[in-house]
Amino acid sequence: MLVSSSPHIRTKETIESVMYAVVLALMPALLGAIYFFGLRALFLTALAVISAVLTEYIYQKITRRPITALDGSAIVTGILLAFNIPVNSPWWLPVVGSFFAILIVKQLFGGLGYNIFNPALAGRAFLMASWPSIMTGRWSAPIRPAGSTMSGIDVVTSATPLGVLKYHATPEVVAKLNSGPMLKALFIGNTGGCLGETSALLLLLGAIFLLIKGIIDWRISLGYIGSVFVLTGIFYLFGITRANPLFHILSGGVMLGGLFMATDMVTSPVTPLGRWIFAIGGGVIAVLIRIWGGYPEGVSYSILLMNMVTPLLDRLTIPKRFGEVKK
Amino acid sequence: MFRHFVNGILKENPVLVLAIGLCPTLAVSTSAYNALGMGVAVIFVLTMSNLIVSAARKVIPQNLRIPIFIIIISTFVTITDYVMKAYLPELAKNLGVFVPLIVVNCIILGRAEGFAYKHSVPAALLDGLGSGIGFTLVIFIIGSIREILGAGTWMSIPGGFEGFKVFGEGFLNYPVLFMILPPGGFLVIAFLMALSRKLTGEA
Repeated sequence: MLVSSSPHIRTKETIESVMYAVVLALMPALLGAIYFFGLRALFLTALAVISAVLTEYIYQKITRRPITALDGSAIVTGILLAFNIPVNSPWWLPVVGSFFAILIVKQLFGGLGYNIFNPALAGRAFLMASWPSIMTGRWSAPIRPAGSTMSGIDVVTSATPLGVLKYHATPEVVAKLNSGPMLKALFIGNTGGCLGETSALLLLLGAIFLLIKGIIDWRISLGYIGSVFVLTGIFYLFGITRANPLFHILSGGVMLGGLFMATDMVTSPVTPLGRWIFAIGGGVIAVLIRIWGGYPEGVSYSILLMNMVTPLLDRLTIPKRFGEVKK
Repeated sequence: MFRHFVNGILKENPVLVLAIGLCPTLAVSTSAYNALGMGVAVIFVLTMSNLIVSAARKVIPQNLRIPIFIIIISTFVTITDYVMKAYLPELAKNLGVFVPLIVVNCIILGRAEGFAYKHSVPAALLDGLGSGIGFTLVIFIIGSIREILGAGTWMSIPGGFEGFKVFGEGFLNYPVLFMILPPGGFLVIAFLMALSRKLTGEA
């Protein structure tokens, strides 16, 4: 922290106030997950949170560091990690995921503020690498009957809309994906997918609260979701992707990633220009993975990749000091 | 004299302290058996090449030494490669290109250049044995950890013994695949490095 000359403005913002505001902002999406997928969503989220907080507490206890397990950051990690797994996961999946996210990705790098990667996302990447069959093969359709279901396309595995787009894209299916009822279902959240990613509406609701409080930066969210929209729009016009750009920003993890993951204070740049580059770079990578990559979805890897260059972006985009002359 | 032997195992352990030879350490440590096979091959090549380099150090001209080291090393690597292919074909298949690649293994070249070329035959012999055993111990531990967590077995031999089952059937269905993948290897090496520095009191 650099202290410049007075006057200083004091802020009432603390780690706790920020983190618990994020927890609060995630509640609509959690309630949505319970509504769409049943009580198991709550059970898995609770397990992830408990595991995250306990891991942090035990690590700090053993290494005799100040105990900050309840500052809310571990709770946020736990919730976000649970939002990234399918509802049919076994109970130990969120437990192991949170353990890895907190111990390896957060605490071993020095704890809150020192971690290079977003812990929840790196935890998801770990789960994806370790148990791909669970993470991608156990989608369940939401328990609520939807106006436009994917039934008849792949009843057995109840694929996600993105999976359908990638692996079963016949002309009739594509027409269905681009239809109004499908987009509405995606917006409300009544589709197959990970726990907390399906409802764009409820995620936006929470994110608007954080935007007003100034906790997340609109540049990152707009840059990320906007670049996905623009790029898939261009690709749609040229026939490279067959789903329209609205489908692309509403499906999969774009909303969850762009609103809550990319905006993580620790792992995103601090300068406005850096944030734009960070966000747009992430959006572009996500689209590239979706269209040409091996996975149907690329949001998590796109943000992790941009996390990696965050220190570099910060260094490259230092704003010019007032009165500074170019050498 | 004996300290040359212990040196390679503890104070100058090639993998944990010098951080050399990481390529084979990462690549073949996906199971304990593969790791052990690699370790034994390296012990043999390292000891023999150290021996010959040291014995011939007076006749090896200074400016031609590296090519000559490589010829000596590759002789023993070729022997190892053929013997392994003849008697342990499964192991040879698993280790694949990493057996011929022992030729350019930095541990072996490093010991030849940094030690054997300047020391007497008995010292070079002990140094080669020590460094080789140090490498083998570490790669075997890494291989064991990765195999136990990543596959749920220990010391499974392809086409033979199916390994000790460390965890129950439930674990065998869902092992931590991550540990078999390259990032798992880096993670285990990092933990072992931290542990060894803690134990030797350097951190």
